Amino acid sequence: MNDPWTPYSARVVERVVETPDVVTLSLRFTDPEVQQQYRFACGQFNMLYLFGLGEVPISIMDYQDGCLQHTIRAVGRVSRKLVALEPGAMIGLRGPYGNSWPLEAARGRDLVFITAGLGCAPVIAAIRRAIAERDAYRRLIIMQGVKHSEDLLWQAQYDRWREVPDCEVLLAASEEAKVPFAWSLGMVTTLIDKARFDPLNSTVMMCGPEPMMRASIRALENNGVAMDNCYFSLERNMQCALGLCGHCQMGSPFICKNGPIFRVSDVRDWFLLEGY
Amino acid sequence: MDQSVFLPQGDFGQIFERLREAGYRVVGPAEQEGALTYDVLESADDIPVGLVDRQAPGHYRLEQQNHRRRFDWVGTAQGLKPWLFVAEQPLWVAREVEGGLRFEEVRETPVPTAVIGVRACDLAALALQDRHFLDGDYPDPHYRARRESLLLVAVNCHRSADTCFCVSTGDGPEVTFGADLVLDELDQGYLVKAGSERGAELLARLPGRPVRGWHKRRAKALRKQARTQQRALPSRDLRGPLYAARDDMRHWQPVAERCLTCGNCAAVCPTCFCHRVDEESPLDGSLSRAVRRWDTCFNDEHSYLVGHVVRKSAEHKYRQWLTHKLAIWHDQYDRSGCTGCGRCITWCPVGIDIVEEAERLCREVGES
Repeated sequence: MNDPWTPYSARVVERVVETPDVVTLSLRFTDPEVQQQYRFACGQFNMLYLFGLGEVPISIMDYQDGCLQHTIRAVGRVSRKLVALEPGAMIGLRGPYGNSWPLEAARGRDLVFITAGLGCAPVIAAIRRAIAERDAYRRLIIMQGVKHSEDLLWQAQYDRWREVPDCEVLLAASEEAKVPFAWSLGMVTTLIDKARFDPLNSTVMMCGPEPMMRASIRALENNGVAMDNCYFSLERNMQCALGLCGHCQMGSPFICKNGPIFRVSDVRDWFLLEGY
Repeated sequence: MDQSVFLPQGDFGQIFERLREAGYRVVGPAEQEGALTYDVLESADDIPVGLVDRQAPGHYRLEQQNHRRRFDWVGTAQGLKPWLFVAEQPLWVAREVEGGLRFEEVRETPVPTAVIGVRACDLAALALQDRHFLDGDYPDPHYRARRESLLLVAVNCHRSADTCFCVSTGDGPEVTFGADLVLDELDQGYLVKAGSERGAELLARLPGRPVRGWHKRRAKALRKQARTQQRALPSRDLRGPLYAARDDMRHWQPVAERCLTCGNCAAVCPTCFCHRVDEESPLDGSLSRAVRRWDTCFNDEHSYLVGHVVRKSAEHKYRQWLTHKLAIWHDQYDRSGCTGCGRCITWCPVGIDIVEEAERLCREVGES
């Protein structure tokens, strides 16, 4: 075992271009023993390392065919290089870190997923898990907002989810003159008013840009949903993922060790304040 | 473990010798660029004699006095932090090799180190850093290695600087825990008390004499003298007023107008733990090294997120520092992050005074 700071060697097994600036990398540890011992829960993240450049935290999208899947948008110094990696490329990997979506505690309730942009990636594994155990939950509501309808990742997957019994898939595009059939025009928050779920017996899981989550909190409250039953995945500058470096503090919580998933009511004050 | 002896002034060097025999390098007060700081010492003679420090907001001067005491000063520029949570710590090295990347952990065997002259506020700060670096799910191996090789010879403060407020934080001026040996310095010599088994072993090897009643009475009077501090934080737990002041940026403008956001306060703060991780490669590109360095919440990069900086203004930065230190720490570590050492006041280039700011904020939210 390495000390907590030190990554393990890993390899890019597959690269899928999702949109011009979003790529899904399938990764496998070089050491089979490390690979075998690796376990993760939906909502956790890994630190991905590029030689000579450094590490970035990336949420785990899923685990399939013995590979960890990370969906990455080219936005920063390291992520721009990560999305350009071809199969066979060598990287560093350590994790998983953080907590997970409260899927167990939500059994027997409506599950409401609200995501926007690439915010869907940390939630995908949770949605897949919920669908795999469809009978454990009541209604499933999946809401995703994008700027342009062609930005939507995994259209086919959303189409498949529509076929799942009692599963409502709602899509919205905010910057389009005319939206495709079955889409709504506007922000993801417009979907919250349309969705049919029991506000008193639902668990909400959200991930996306902070303005979108702030607006969603307002829309959910207007619909009578208590923030005790809402969870979101947060992001701050995470350099160590170990609860040591201090950069990811958002007021009291350290996003890396107390999160990244929080019950909204627990951190609401900090989240709504500018500058924390 | 109430073992104590009296060590005559002329025998002070014996402490030094016993520590060296036990395999420790000795670190103690040394004058550097006009200030006292902890440095590696070769002999007991390296410790300056008769120096006192005059501290005030943005001000530190050493003054030579006409006595032979070695520990009449109050505060070193830095506490124990640089000796445990070092300012620059290599973490690991990556190399490109056939078939992958090879990661090599950086493992050091720190030299066993004894620090002489440590104060109660330093020990309280050390306990807080221990809590941060060692008590979580991922104890820091680098901090731990240094921590385990540390021996502490503390000194009870017999005077306070004008910037001291450790009485109000509950952390001084008397040493009550965390030291292996505790000294009270009198003109005639030292009252030496063991604070641990290691300390007791050292004490047993000193040419100590029995402690007399007047030694104790004199030391007690001097300790009492140090408790007479001018300054005090309004209370130990300031979450109420600071969380009330947090939401209105007008409370933070007066201090932001003066604050240079230089981060000196965080650099000298004995409990500040933030650090960034840098990636460095030599010119030939043969390897890449992860190095951690002290960072402060006054840097833009500290709160960098893709596309924006969470805390850009001096208002936001100072608010982060003060609310974290005096309020948020209670949520995170069950006590304040301030041990009353006053370093942030002394070393602030514009003399911003944490006690004054806390008082002002309490006043403002009390009034509103």
